[in-house]
Amino acid sequence: MQEKVIDQNERRRLMAIVARAPRTAIEEALVAFGPLPPHRELRKAQTGLVTLRGRIGGGGAAFNLGEATVTRTSIRLETGEIGHAYALGRDAKKARLSALIDAAFQSPVLHERIVGKVFEPLARNEADDERQKAEETAATKVDFFTLVRGED
Amino acid sequence: MYVAVKGGEAAIRNAHRLLADRRRGDPTVPALHLSQIVEQLALGVDRVMAEGALYDRELAGLALMQARGDMIEAIFLVRAYRTTLPRFGYTLPVDTGAMRIERRISATFKDLPGGQVLGPTFDYTHRLLEPELAEGAKPPAPERREAVAEASPRVTDLLGHDGLIEADGTGDGEITDITRTPMEFPLPRDGRLQALSRGDEGFLLALAYSTQRGYARSHPFVGEIRIGEVEIELEVPELPFPAPLGRVRLTECQMVNQFKGSAKAPPQFTRGYGLVFGQSERKAMAMALCDRALRAAEFGEDIVAAAQDEEFVISHSDNVQATGFVEHLKLPHYVDFQAELDLVRRMRAERQDVTETREAAE
Repeated sequence: MQEKVIDQNERRRLMAIVARAPRTAIEEALVAFGPLPPHRELRKAQTGLVTLRGRIGGGGAAFNLGEATVTRTSIRLETGEIGHAYALGRDAKKARLSALIDAAFQSPVLHERIVGKVFEPLARNEADDERQKAEETAATKVDFFTLVRGED
Repeated sequence: MYVAVKGGEAAIRNAHRLLADRRRGDPTVPALHLSQIVEQLALGVDRVMAEGALYDRELAGLALMQARGDMIEAIFLVRAYRTTLPRFGYTLPVDTGAMRIERRISATFKDLPGGQVLGPTFDYTHRLLEPELAEGAKPPAPERREAVAEASPRVTDLLGHDGLIEADGTGDGEITDITRTPMEFPLPRDGRLQALSRGDEGFLLALAYSTQRGYARSHPFVGEIRIGEVEIELEVPELPFPAPLGRVRLTECQMVNQFKGSAKAPPQFTRGYGLVFGQSERKAMAMALCDRALRAAEFGEDIVAAAQDEEFVISHSDNVQATGFVEHLKLPHYVDFQAELDLVRRMRAERQDVTETREAAE
């Protein structure tokens, strides 16, 4: 098998974007990607809890804030690549698709198609949404002005 | 001998069936959809998440629906659900300095990097009911303005340099988890913050108010309130980097309070901290005021008020525990009460005997 160095930073960015994306957006991107590669579940999708941590004062010692639901799963492509998925929420189907995307990203054959058909469109969607929200928020920013009162 | 009295099974079954019917309400009115609750009663959902101590908008919405809008019942449902799930671990601490700002205000500094951003706030509304909302009026699209990429550092970090304000402090020692080990007083500050963050908003609000009215005066200013989303990451063995889990919305409040200083330390402002799930500004402020009041011993302040009494505040802040103990009084206490009734009768009879004997003697 051809050895290819996996860019772990890019993989991390992809996983982050997929974790944040709604399942419908992932499904849409995968339609454009085409037929899913043959694979099997390595670890059944499981929903559990993580305890979220904050820091005292924002930057001090860590403390436990509360829990959140997380769903995880792992799959293996027939070609051997293993994909993992972790995301907030309880969506097992989203987790399976996310793990598949992670595995395909590591496959020399599928890598380019995953980047072009899944990674980039999802990143674009997210950037558009974020820009809109940022602009809506920016419109509520206060512009202070000074009133000059009295004479000189 | 112990005799168990049974009964009420059919009544209970029918009561729950009646509950389901009354919860649905008038069947000619369209049923609520979960997404409507999650989207349109968002702050109610946030409160259920915060006090249920479980970040999951759909679950909190479902709980609110099932509880017919009863907040504490919904919070109870969420807490109960939590206990059914396995635990995967502790996330890396969130970085609120890198929050994607939706609202950010400071009452202490007018001009600060990132500016004063009002966001979707009730502040400055006239608190007049809007009947057109009931008619289903469509709101105009939000105004937009070019967003300048500018960092919004925490106000307390800006002031920190000159030592005028207490630093965040350090210490990455053992982290208290009140969900794993039984609470023992005195609790370290991290454990108190964990309890306060899930504490009842009404209870903490009242205590915070009491500190403003003179019971444990602490002269607070809102250094900063920020609301927005932060990234959550979890270290997992199967990945060479922390797994990105997505984002959650948090509200953070930095309260800045007066402090006179001591022989050892020059005068500086002290702080109270609030961090809460969702858009929960009132709760975050109340939490920060209570956090500061509970630091009384640390600053050598006299403990004179309820808000400074750690055991009082923390032991009574959990509304699931509180409602459990108060509401259990509804359950049959027939035997206990019968015993007490007998006791009162006996006491009265004895008293009568004494009186009669005394009268006879006279």
